[in-house]
Amino acid sequence: MTFLATASAAEAAGAAPAFVWLLIALPLLGAAILLLGGRKTDSFGPLLATGLSWASFVLAIPLLISMMGRAPEERAVEHVLYSWIPAGSFQLDAGILLDPLSISFVLLITFVGSLIHVYSLGYMKDDPSHVRRPGHTLTAWEESREPSERRRFFAYLNLFIAAMLLLVLANSYPLLFVGWEGVGLASYLLIGFWNHNPAYATAANKAFIVNRIGDMGVIAAIMAMFAAFGAVDYAGVSAAAGEASTGVLVFIGLLLLLGATGKSAQFPLQSWLGDAMAGPTPVSALIHAATMVTAGVYLIVRSAPIFDNAPTAQTAVAVIGAITLIYGAIVGMAKDDIKKALAASTMSQIGYMMLAAGLGPAGYAYAIFHLLTHGFFKAGMFLGAGSVMHGMKDEVNMRRFGGLSTFMKVTWVTFGLGWLAILGVPPFSGFWSKDAIIETAFMGEGIRPWLLGGAALVGAGITAFYMSRLFFMTFHGRARWSEEDYHPHEAPATMTIPMIVLAAGSALLGLVLAWPFAETKPIVAWLRPVVGYGSDSEPVLAIPVIIALTLIFVALGVAVAYLKYLKEDVPAVAPVGSWATQAARADLYQEEVNRTLFEQPGVALTRGLDFGDRSGVDGSISGFATWIGDLSSRLRRIQNGFARSYALTMLAGVVLFLGAVWVVQ
Amino acid sequence: MSNVPWLTVLGLIPLVGALVVAFLPSAETAKRAALGISLVTLLVGIGAASQFEIGSGEQFQLTEQHSWIPQFGVSYALGVDGIALTLILMALVLTPVTLLAAWNDLEGEAAAGRRVQTYYALMLVLLTFMVGVFAATDVFLFYVFFEAMLIPVYFLIGSFGGARRQYAAVKFLLFSLLGGLIMLVAVIALYFVGPGGADGFLVSNLTGIDIDPTTAKWLFVGFFIAFAIKAPMWPVHTWLPDAAAAARPATAVLLVGILDKVGTYGMIRFCLQLFPEASVWATPVVLTLAVISILYGAILAIAQSDLMRLIAFTSISHFGFIVLGIFAMTTVGGAGASLYMINHGFSTAALFLVAAMFVYRNHGRQHIEDFGGWQRVTPGLAGVFLVAGLSALALPGLSSFVSEFLVFVGTYQRYPVAALLALPGVVLAAVYILWMYKRSMTGPRPDLGRVVPDITLREKLVVAPLIAAFLILGFFPKLALDVINPAVEKTLVHVGVEDPAPSQAPLGSER
Repeated sequence: MTFLATASAAEAAGAAPAFVWLLIALPLLGAAILLLGGRKTDSFGPLLATGLSWASFVLAIPLLISMMGRAPEERAVEHVLYSWIPAGSFQLDAGILLDPLSISFVLLITFVGSLIHVYSLGYMKDDPSHVRRPGHTLTAWEESREPSERRRFFAYLNLFIAAMLLLVLANSYPLLFVGWEGVGLASYLLIGFWNHNPAYATAANKAFIVNRIGDMGVIAAIMAMFAAFGAVDYAGVSAAAGEASTGVLVFIGLLLLLGATGKSAQFPLQSWLGDAMAGPTPVSALIHAATMVTAGVYLIVRSAPIFDNAPTAQTAVAVIGAITLIYGAIVGMAKDDIKKALAASTMSQIGYMMLAAGLGPAGYAYAIFHLLTHGFFKAGMFLGAGSVMHGMKDEVNMRRFGGLSTFMKVTWVTFGLGWLAILGVPPFSGFWSKDAIIETAFMGEGIRPWLLGGAALVGAGITAFYMSRLFFMTFHGRARWSEEDYHPHEAPATMTIPMIVLAAGSALLGLVLAWPFAETKPIVAWLRPVVGYGSDSEPVLAIPVIIALTLIFVALGVAVAYLKYLKEDVPAVAPVGSWATQAARADLYQEEVNRTLFEQPGVALTRGLDFGDRSGVDGSISGFATWIGDLSSRLRRIQNGFARSYALTMLAGVVLFLGAVWVVQ
Repeated sequence: MSNVPWLTVLGLIPLVGALVVAFLPSAETAKRAALGISLVTLLVGIGAASQFEIGSGEQFQLTEQHSWIPQFGVSYALGVDGIALTLILMALVLTPVTLLAAWNDLEGEAAAGRRVQTYYALMLVLLTFMVGVFAATDVFLFYVFFEAMLIPVYFLIGSFGGARRQYAAVKFLLFSLLGGLIMLVAVIALYFVGPGGADGFLVSNLTGIDIDPTTAKWLFVGFFIAFAIKAPMWPVHTWLPDAAAAARPATAVLLVGILDKVGTYGMIRFCLQLFPEASVWATPVVLTLAVISILYGAILAIAQSDLMRLIAFTSISHFGFIVLGIFAMTTVGGAGASLYMINHGFSTAALFLVAAMFVYRNHGRQHIEDFGGWQRVTPGLAGVFLVAGLSALALPGLSSFVSEFLVFVGTYQRYPVAALLALPGVVLAAVYILWMYKRSMTGPRPDLGRVVPDITLREKLVVAPLIAAFLILGFFPKLALDVINPAVEKTLVHVGVEDPAPSQAPLGSER
């Protein structure tokens, strides 16, 4: 345990232990070995990747323990790695910032991430129902489960873990941005993992390109930070932000918000997330539910020094969050694809986190709290959905499910715990974290708390409806499938154990982090040194009233779902539905808006410029060139091979040259 | 060791080598000899670089100076600063990579005369000129190399290119000659406004002299047009896509990756250093052209259906970034632009050469529609192609990100509007790269009816140094920046500008 000894020695100077970089390096090494090692690593690659992901988690434990052993104000430590970008007046070190906020993420990423590695060992294995016969041509699905493809999958997973850890451990915005786009790359690669299907390849492109629109915001924010503060690391920005003008801070805050809307699939850049469900389900659980999509929330909370002094930008964050939480919930009501329904739900839940992050110091801790509990219950439900698909030949249409509870007991129970958690039923995780956000949203003056709090309250009711709809349609009611077509069966232990662990988290994590008998909620006490806590106003409604109202809304949502999807029979083909259902099914026509406003003009512009380049720009210059060309063909006749005419030409050249000199002189 | 004329030696090795290669009897030996010579040159180049002192007070190091045509004030004067040195090193690394990549270019033509020997000899000659053009510290000598480079390139495109090679070669030549002639006038005029004398063309003698502002503006324009054509910037870019599509990919790498850097290098060395006031005067127009180049090149890249033309248009966009960084006139933007020149060389080389590996496997068809689903056919090669593409779209972690990022940050310091207008370039880059990858590599496995080999050992050797450069300069850009920084700062001292101070810095803070 020598490294622990050096660790404590280094901490005296406020420095993080020198081995923290291994947290990132180990999974990165895994990705490198698997990608460069080729087929030689097919056999052990997935296990190696899983092991390295767990190794990062194990390394994080002593860091957490030593951090808990220090006084709250001494918990944040930095470790400078090396001088990264020294360019003129721009000097930036690559360094790691280890504080209660970043370690919370590290634990979530490595723990849930490693569980999902384990799950993938089972999920990405060939299904026993696809028996290999000699001469049997592989389907694309089977091909994707070939050993070398499986290795590629685990390499990307490891790459993702490394990039995500870099994102949360970086001590400056540019280094965060390396992780930020790194997770975007991993997301692109994994959404397009089955890119032999053109639609999936398009989904991957869409995710990356929409994210890049948000990334423009992050780059611009960094540019503005350097121009304003002369610094782009957290410490420098935070020191300068306190005295900067509000206008600059609002500008930077809004740019950061643009970045966050892209990564976290918030309105108006949310359109990519539904399509991202093209990726294998473990990916949806890890990247598009538990970790990567919450990076936007991390960015906002990490930038608290900017937002705390930029009230307009802060309000914008809360409003975007409120809009998205309702938007996602409405879309979730109409989806029949189990993964897309869960994706809409993710969007909506991140809306809650954004809303909380936009409430300032009163809400930062709750944004992270909900992020952590959501990481467990949503990942658990996605894995459950994967288990259902695994047992149902990759079917995702919930109208073809029903009555699966008897065939997949473990999946049913674990999914059920996640369902209770997201509903906010006490004492499950979501109750504690979501309720805290709703209470905080009701704080403030004027109409603001009524709008934000009201949105959060209504959202809770809609969430209860669509999640219950999903749960009932999948596990209860009449079986809308035939035994001979589907043979539903429970998943192997590699898949069920991660589901059980996550379900335990869904049930208990909230209670632990919000321990009601403590003076301050442990999660608040833990994060307070980083993001502060407190508000000078009280909720406009009494807290018991808010809790009661929330539970009434939730009960209503469940009741409606019960009446419509359990009491009544679910038709195997979706009814046409009202205009509202159709709109929700079509993601509230966001896609159409994007197409009309951006894609079509973009295509027209591209075609127009291409035509113009060939005929206009090049044409006018080529016209000149043609003229020269004629001239040169005449000149070619002069090249007659006679030395005397060459000599004459040279003489003419020299005369011209000297003439030019003379004229200029 | 300081008496060794490093730069002359560096130029002579490939020149002598070219002569040897041209007269070798066997094509196979010629290829090996050329590769060996380029590797020796690289080693000597590393030796030269080791003599370079980062903390030196002199603008140029490894200097040599001999009187050449004293009547006209022309000297044979060589020397490098950090910017020139890194560019030469990039050329020295890219040449063996390119020669190795061109191994099968003339497959089946070995019997046809001495084409292989000529092909390789021309590339070596080009290397000599490239070293010379970056090392020249005499304006006239620079001009001589600047024009001399055209000759090997003209033949490389005109006699070794693909379809439409004649058209492309002539177009290239005419554009370059036009720029060269305008520059020639400016070069001669410069001598007469300078101190004159037997070494009146030395850069050091022409720096900081008093020029009548109007004359200086004219001279600036004369140089700038030549460099803008070479770089190439909108609207004088149209020769590049034709040249790149018609040339052998190896030629395209040398042309776009290295040779065109003479344009942006010239802007730093000659436009900024010799005509500082005129440069400041022209900045609004130049920045506008740069922003247009960035967006226009990117949009046109999206519209292309020919792989090589697409890559050429991405370069137009990237050259826009380089010019933006140069004319932002901040230490950050300048360092970013100089680093961008290096990174773009490696990045473009990877794109062209890997694309060529696909084109070779697809029997010379270079239209994107002729591919589709190739990730399932050649997964290794497709992966390398994606990495090259990610470098072109400046993915953080790869070297191109650092330079593009610095250009943005440095430009915003002084010209926030220009930086913000250029910003959509990053989205467009993602569109052109990923859409190209989607159309060519993804989709169902195509029925090719034959076995197509995945990446070979030779091809791995071609891409390995390039990807290593992406990663090393992405994570440790300090290696190059430490060399570049003093040169950038010196240039900005000549221009007489200082970095803007942070607008919101707390009072009394060191920052």
